[in-house]
Amino acid sequence: MISIKNISKHYGSFQVLTDCSAEVEKGEVIVICGPSGSGKSTLIKCVNGLEPFQQGELVVNGISVGAPKTNLAKLRAHVGMVFQNFELFPHMSIVDNLCIAQIKVLGRSREEAVERGLKLLDRVGLSAQAEKFPGQLSGGQQQRVAIARALAMDPTCMLFDEPTSALDPEMVNEVLDVMVGLAQEGMTMMVVTHEMGFARNVASRVIFMDQGRIVEDASKDDFFGTPRSERAQQFLSKILQH
Amino acid sequence: MYEFDWSSIPGALPYLWIGMVMTLKITVVAIIAGIVWGTLLALMRMSPIKVLSWFGAGYVNLFRSIPLVMVLLWFFLIVPSLLVSLFDIPRSYDTRLISAMVAFSLFEAAYYSEIIRAGIRSVSKGQMGAANALGMSYAQAMRLIILPQAFRNMVPLLLTQGIILFQDTSLVYVSSLADFFGTAYLVGSRDGRLVELLLFSGAVYFIISFSASQLVKHFQKRTSL
Repeated sequence: MISIKNISKHYGSFQVLTDCSAEVEKGEVIVICGPSGSGKSTLIKCVNGLEPFQQGELVVNGISVGAPKTNLAKLRAHVGMVFQNFELFPHMSIVDNLCIAQIKVLGRSREEAVERGLKLLDRVGLSAQAEKFPGQLSGGQQQRVAIARALAMDPTCMLFDEPTSALDPEMVNEVLDVMVGLAQEGMTMMVVTHEMGFARNVASRVIFMDQGRIVEDASKDDFFGTPRSERAQQFLSKILQH
Repeated sequence: MYEFDWSSIPGALPYLWIGMVMTLKITVVAIIAGIVWGTLLALMRMSPIKVLSWFGAGYVNLFRSIPLVMVLLWFFLIVPSLLVSLFDIPRSYDTRLISAMVAFSLFEAAYYSEIIRAGIRSVSKGQMGAANALGMSYAQAMRLIILPQAFRNMVPLLLTQGIILFQDTSLVYVSSLADFFGTAYLVGSRDGRLVELLLFSGAVYFIISFSASQLVKHFQKRTSL
């Protein structure tokens, strides 16, 4: 479903990604972890073309992301993305946040979009907040709305870029719960996160990155059991210490 | 000691009112056209396409580096003959109002574009990313997501610039167009009461501009809450 082949990217002389390759099958949940600055976020932003790359090939649903002829907007409409800072549209009510892209991008009628939006809002447990504005919601609630907004587009896969990093600790779980639910329903997901509990719970595979390279791509049991690379062992021992 | 005589003002009020309508017409047209053209200039200036960004930057720098009164004079000299040759308008037709509106719009657009550019920059970069990630094109993201937020942040600055413009319209006296100031000047000269009429018109400009800026301040307080 997502095929990443030998992707390299640099800003000027600074190499961000070096020769990254990975395959994601339908229904897989891939957790990407690694120290900050290792290129995790850049890699998943390449998947929907938010970050351009210079070398390699990236194919999503049979469409090549890097090809100049590709209609990126069309591709992105079916690849959901959730950001670290939620990025809800602050000048619109929650229900409008959920509907705007359905109407303007997918061409749905307003009634259809509202119905779909409210259904998903209910799913993330926030039906009561439909008429509020993003600024009136807590971080955890905003992130759940952001997930619902992405799901409203009926995505074939979902990308999560550190979805819980900007949250207060007590709000992390409400967001993770929604994500676990999605994973159990068979949604194809690529998740950049440091939440190792989430990885242990639902990941199919764990990708470990360091300095722009994919150092390890292993099943979760292998990764948490006996990571092959020294760098991954160090990383795990540091974040699992407490 | 100069003896003030205000007696010519009451009789002149109807004329002054017509002049004020002229002033307001120029102001409103220049604000609207200036904001629309200024937005396009700001987008050009921020465009990755080199030709567009050069044009945007060149336009803004040019208009900000020449005195307004000269721009006005040029337009009074150029636009009438251009209109006459383009649209077969009779030579007697008074094009001064149109050329004043065009000149102010083009001039103000340079200032508005800088305000709008700052406004667009004030919207977090992630908003464009989020809009794109939902499948919106650049144009859709700008129109639906970025510009509405940018304008909301900019309202006080845009209104303040409008107040400055309102005062600057008095410069149309170079074309002897009868705006509020021009009318006051005419009446004053006719009755030999120039000092009184200029004091009176100054007071009117002050009252309107000052109340408008107080309104902006009030508005600013409310939106910042």
